[in-house]
Amino acid sequence: MSTVETTRRADASDPVDDVVAPGTDAVPDDALPDVAVPRTSIPDPGDTPIGDRRGVHGLTFDDAFNLVGAGAAAASAATLLFGWIAPLTGVVGWLAVTFVLFIGVYVLLTSLRADRQEVADRVATVLFISAGILLLGALLFVVVFTLIRGSTALMHLNFFTQTMEKAGPLDPLSVGGVAHAIVGTLIQIAIALAITIPLGLLTAVFLNEVGGRFARFVRTVVDAMTALPSVVAGLFIYAAVIQVFTHERNGFAASLAITVMMLPIVIRSADVVLRLVPGNLREASYALGATHVQTVWGVVLPTARSGLVTALILGTARGIGETSPVLLTSGVTAAMNVNPFDGPMISLPLAIFDLVKSPEPAMIARGFGTAAVLLLLVLGLFVTARALAGRAPGELSRRQLARATAASRRDLVRIAAHASATDPRESRR
Amino acid sequence: MTSIRTDTTTVLDPAAADGPRPRALSARVSGADVGFRVLARSAGTATLGIMLAVGLFLGLRASDALKVAGPSFLTTQEWSPETQTFGVAAVLFGTVSIAVVAMCVSIPLSIGTALLLSEVVRGRIRSTLISLVDLMAAVPSIVFGLWGLFFLQAAVIPVARWISTYFGWIPVFAVTDTQGVAYTDDGAFTSSAFIAGIVVGLMVVPIQTSIMREAFSRAPAGEREGAFALGGTRWGMIRTVVLPFGRGGIIGGTMLGLGRAMGETIAVYMIISPIFAINWQVLKSGTNSVSALIALRYGEASQFGLSALMAAGLVLFLLTLLINFTASMIVARSRSGAGTEG
Repeated sequence: MSTVETTRRADASDPVDDVVAPGTDAVPDDALPDVAVPRTSIPDPGDTPIGDRRGVHGLTFDDAFNLVGAGAAAASAATLLFGWIAPLTGVVGWLAVTFVLFIGVYVLLTSLRADRQEVADRVATVLFISAGILLLGALLFVVVFTLIRGSTALMHLNFFTQTMEKAGPLDPLSVGGVAHAIVGTLIQIAIALAITIPLGLLTAVFLNEVGGRFARFVRTVVDAMTALPSVVAGLFIYAAVIQVFTHERNGFAASLAITVMMLPIVIRSADVVLRLVPGNLREASYALGATHVQTVWGVVLPTARSGLVTALILGTARGIGETSPVLLTSGVTAAMNVNPFDGPMISLPLAIFDLVKSPEPAMIARGFGTAAVLLLLVLGLFVTARALAGRAPGELSRRQLARATAASRRDLVRIAAHASATDPRESRR
Repeated sequence: MTSIRTDTTTVLDPAAADGPRPRALSARVSGADVGFRVLARSAGTATLGIMLAVGLFLGLRASDALKVAGPSFLTTQEWSPETQTFGVAAVLFGTVSIAVVAMCVSIPLSIGTALLLSEVVRGRIRSTLISLVDLMAAVPSIVFGLWGLFFLQAAVIPVARWISTYFGWIPVFAVTDTQGVAYTDDGAFTSSAFIAGIVVGLMVVPIQTSIMREAFSRAPAGEREGAFALGGTRWGMIRTVVLPFGRGGIIGGTMLGLGRAMGETIAVYMIISPIFAINWQVLKSGTNSVSALIALRYGEASQFGLSALMAAGLVLFLLTLLINFTASMIVARSRSGAGTEG
């Protein structure tokens, strides 16, 4: 009774197949002594009633009571402290006191039923969850706060179509807008990307596919430059380009500052993505006789495409949102300027910074509106990046998989037709 | 078990043997390949050139100012390059104090969130939460700055006043004037290193969380299951398995966040009110940071003033560089699996 077990190796290149773990059938059958083993059988339950299936997820009544009770007790005690007993004020303070009290009461309640180990476990879990809630609450708060305060300005359509050229600080929101800043941001990031994409991707390819001692040195320097504070990148462009060549702030200088800041970030993340391309794909390509450039162009880059696009988009989001390099190089203006080589060209982050410096409520509302536009732009880029990512290198989407299957089926037909038409011994070159 | 006998391996001298000679292994490189390599190498060289140009330019211009200031550059508090008395003592102290407050906020938050993501939640919720944390890293710093300035400042002042009232006997938390009389009005608590530190701390939590989470999820499954099999609770398992194995990730992630916190400009610049003196009282209004100094003074600077700012920027860059390299070394070492058994 010997059966042939085919175990397929778990391989990064075929994650779809179920993996038969080696070791589940470790002992060969013929090594076992020939003893009659009784078959495993389920005993007949007879008349014994089978109860409901036990739930292993979710909270028991005790757990739920402990959580809710501790929460209610802490909230009431904190309200009492803030309202009557102690001279405490402020929402943040109330939340902090409530949290501390909550942990205390929760420890007390759980320790009525459970031992020390279990109390520690429960409290630790509650602490982790509250860290997550606090963090995501802060994120949500920052986003929603910006969008709500910005919505008053966003309601006016002229906010997107006009510039601030004819709008004074006392004018209502129905006059003036930030079209010049939106255009400025788009022009600046376009120039920065025009430099960063070819240079960054080629450098990342150089680091991974060419290699050597020089490449390692370049990688070290690029890693070091990711630590460059963005304001220092702006200062560099200000001193080396604006003071020496242009003698005025302009959009091109701002693009260069964004490039200096963005380039190491993009190279580093693209480098990480290229490193994830499985080596056996490259070797297979070489084994089929492809040259180096064919391997890089036909195998490595298509395999890493989604990761590279994600790296670029996230780098773009960083570049758009960074204020300090632009602050030193781009210059503030209230008018539309589409020529990056002539005169100041404002961008979204700089416009926010400039607008909220004013004490006028209308200007601050415009600042928040601009921040909402910037935030929505970054969120859009992020969602695009997420939609494209989420796939490991070489993992195909459904449509790509169908296309690849169709192509290889066509190849099979072609090869079969070719083989039947010609002498099988005679090969094509 | 019988021991297996192996014959000694002998190496034949290829020159003496009459058999086939080893083939010469050299590939003919096509023209396209040569072109590709030259292109890639020149891109690498161009990148290297840009990066080194930044570093060298910074160093050269900074040296003008450093020659004049000498070692007092690190000890002087004022910043007036016009009168040749300038130094980074105050701004560097401010940078560090803001970063320390930021770390006090971010370390518990990021360790807690990282453990939540790697140990507690599963499946769909986990991937959603991870995306949200990554999204937080993409929120522009000026948006955080706006939030800090227009919301958080007012909300935190009562807390700051409470801390200084009851813990004022600890010198760092005291808020006093030069005579040692305690301030009580709200104005003394605005624009402080404490508020800037909280905002910066929230900004660096995502990067710390993602590095720590990665390190925690690498803790070996065998040890985890061993801890559970011995009857440990989840917290017991985390304490004895996940945290020791993830120690490199905790330290490295914290330091990477620290580097970011020290380089942060715009959120700090919007919140603080700049002063050029060492202020030990983190809750008191008035602090400074190197990057805020650059953003504040670059416009009015003469050529010499600009090189003084370059020198300050260089000091900051060297500091963040040191922190980043140490951090990535620690992360890389913990990643190699050197601590894993079995």
